[in-house]
Amino acid sequence: MNKSVMIVGVGGQGTLLASRILGAVLLKKGYNVKLSEVHGMSQRGGSVVTYVKYGDEIASPIIEKGEADIILAFEQLEAARWLEYMKPDGKVIVNTQKIDPMSVVIGDAVYPDGVIDAIKAAGADVLELDALPVAVEAGSPKAVNVVLIGAMAKHTGIEKETWLEAVRECVPAKFLDLNIKAFELGYNI
Amino acid sequence: MKKLLLGNEAVAAGLYEAGVKVVSSYPGTPSTEVTEFAAKYDEIYCEWAPNEKVAMEVAFGAAVAGARAFCAQKHVGLNVAADPLFTASYTGVNAGMVILVADDPGMHSSQNEQDSRHYAQASKIMMLEPSDSDECLKFIKLAFELSERFDTPVILRETTRIAHSRSLAETGERVEPDNKEYTKNPQKYVMAPANAKVKHIVVEQRILDQTAFAEKEAVEIGLNKVEYYSKKIGVITAGVCYDYAKEALGDKASYLKLGCLYPLPVQLIKDFAAQCETVYVIEELDDYIETHCLKNGINVRGKADFTLIGEYSQSLIAKVVLGEEKPTIKADIDIPVRPPVLCAGCPHRGLFYALKKAGVETVTGDIGCYTLGASKPIGMIDTCLCMGASVSSLHGRNKANPEKANKTVAVIGDSTFIHSGVTGLINIAYNKSNSVSIILDNSITGMTGHQQNPTTGYTIKGDPTSAVSLEKLAVAVGIPESNIFVCDPYNLTDSEQAVRKALDCDGPAVVISRRPCALLKYVKHNPPLSVDKEKCVGCKMCMRIGCPAISIKDGKAQIDSTQCLGCDVCSQLCKPGAIG
Ligand SMILES: Cc1ncc(C[n+]2csc(CCOP(=O)(O)OP(=O)(O)O)c2C)c(N)n1
Ligand code: SF4
Ligand code: SF4
Repeated sequence: MNKSVMIVGVGGQGTLLASRILGAVLLKKGYNVKLSEVHGMSQRGGSVVTYVKYGDEIASPIIEKGEADIILAFEQLEAARWLEYMKPDGKVIVNTQKIDPMSVVIGDAVYPDGVIDAIKAAGADVLELDALPVAVEAGSPKAVNVVLIGAMAKHTGIEKETWLEAVRECVPAKFLDLNIKAFELGYNI
Repeated sequence: MKKLLLGNEAVAAGLYEAGVKVVSSYPGTPSTEVTEFAAKYDEIYCEWAPNEKVAMEVAFGAAVAGARAFCAQKHVGLNVAADPLFTASYTGVNAGMVILVADDPGMHSSQNEQDSRHYAQASKIMMLEPSDSDECLKFIKLAFELSERFDTPVILRETTRIAHSRSLAETGERVEPDNKEYTKNPQKYVMAPANAKVKHIVVEQRILDQTAFAEKEAVEIGLNKVEYYSKKIGVITAGVCYDYAKEALGDKASYLKLGCLYPLPVQLIKDFAAQCETVYVIEELDDYIETHCLKNGINVRGKADFTLIGEYSQSLIAKVVLGEEKPTIKADIDIPVRPPVLCAGCPHRGLFYALKKAGVETVTGDIGCYTLGASKPIGMIDTCLCMGASVSSLHGRNKANPEKANKTVAVIGDSTFIHSGVTGLINIAYNKSNSVSIILDNSITGMTGHQQNPTTGYTIKGDPTSAVSLEKLAVAVGIPESNIFVCDPYNLTDSEQAVRKALDCDGPAVVISRRPCALLKYVKHNPPLSVDKEKCVGCKMCMRIGCPAISIKDGKAQIDSTQCLGCDVCSQLCKPGAIG
């Protein structure tokens, strides 16, 4: 059975590292993997998405509407934006952090209330967590991405040691302790 | 060994294995990483050139001299390099020369959606297109062999989803051929009319030979591939569309996957189509393969069912071919869009504000991070066409509308200025233009992910080198020294003064707004600022510069300390002095 995970967030939040860690884990488990990333323009604070697909044989590198098993959202509004891409019985893991788009900052649009409630009302299975304070506890607000990867790891049925190995491979040595701590804290939420 | 590689990383690995010696490119999403990864191999000489035309000519020179050579660019970059491209088709090569072009269907990071396959046909140069990272690696190596065998440059075409997807690729060892000997041969390398007339005949014969290759040998080596499953539906496709079609249709269809996009086979397609009941051509962008089929009397369905616009996907194909759609769920709220913005602490921000304060009404813009100055709340850019057009079109504007010249400026980044802005500036000086060009010198090629360029003083490998002096260059092309102003965009008063002085000048003027990009590793930042809630009157003046670190909460400004880089621009706008 092929599986699909979408990692969505705001450019600059570190979604690419998260997808790389996930990719490394899946390779270790012997899956065939395809990952599709966003480089370039939207990395400047725009809405970003990475597709991760794995299984026996993967043809298309992208995920389309109604196809994702898991959406890992680094930000509430982004979870809602990409919800249509999830299978109706999929799972949303969402960081409750809110980041205002510029249109909201300058008063041209409003950041809607009750985003997570609306996602639940649509029938989605939602796991919400506030990853920012956890990342700060681990040592840096920038570690939000690894906290979220930790939280997702718990729901994949892949043993923790493989995840830790992948974290070790993917993050620079100088930030290793911080990221291992962030992963552990996320895993134990 | 099998590795999970980005398409662009796999191309670089292929360059390494093919024994390529010289790589010269100009960055452009989604092609940039090929050259960045290639630069990691000590065995490959790698460089950033000032623009794509220079890069292609460097590669051409190296290939003619006898070493395997390569250049990469995005689709619009091939427009810039089109001049050498068309005639390199006539001269041919000595050692192999491969040109990578990356198209961007859906325009993730581009200003148009052009289809580079037309270039292969127009320049009569062979083109290959891979469907995943493994093929990126294999096809680039094959491209070098074909280049040498047919004595022609070969184009490798990617699209964004191939360039920026990771999949497994089989890597191997480098085989470095000795340089081929170069012998003088003006009939081959000097394309004056008498020689070119002879060469054109050679080119036409080459296409016939390559077509024969595409019909048969290409199939034997798996470059063009026929897969029969159900013959009710036949799919003729290439590149990422093959992946989409396989996912959507599986064994409900048979496939002719074309790895060689130019020249296209005729008999191979005819034979395949004859086996299948309904035949679809599934290709993003233009009806390139479809037109070829129809011209050769092969009955296919294509753009009438699909679209000329945007990216394809498995779901589009499932919908068109099978009439199937997947169920979805949707959050019942209005979701505001989230387009990209200038980073917190971006030096471009202060300069745009200074333009506003200096009474500038019209800004001809260019391509780079600063194009984001077109969006609200900055909203200062009027035009954006192609690299370099800010400076050249400003001149046209001012000749058409001289009375507005003191309210009109061009803005252009350092990399873009070197790429093709400097020729516009020469035109301004030469043709006595009363025009103000502003160079936003952030000491890097920002938009494409921070590449060095001739103004930064570093090579692609990070080695120190000479740096173009923008001031001296401006003087050298004929801008009076007294009409050149340098300002720090973090200092709003200083920048406004510089712009005002330039607008007041007689004759052409240049402003250099100088401050390195806030994301560069060597740049030291001040501690984040914060808002004194007691002093903040909620006037929102600080919001006018569109810094993503500032927002309003309960009527007062607040600064996100994880984003703020302490550039101090917002505090210069705060009359009550609440930011510090
Ligand atoms: C002909 C062409 N080549 C390449 C690109 C890709 N590209 C877009 S902006 C840019 C350079 C931007 O650098 P710079 O002018 O220094 O501005 P910055 O982004 O640093 O503000 C490049 C290479 C393009 N759009 N067109
Ligand atoms: S990358 Fe640099 S130049 Fe581009 S928006 Fe960010 S700070 Fe500005
Ligand atoms: S000092 Fe002000 S303008 Fe500069 S990054 Fe911080 S909040 Fe943004």
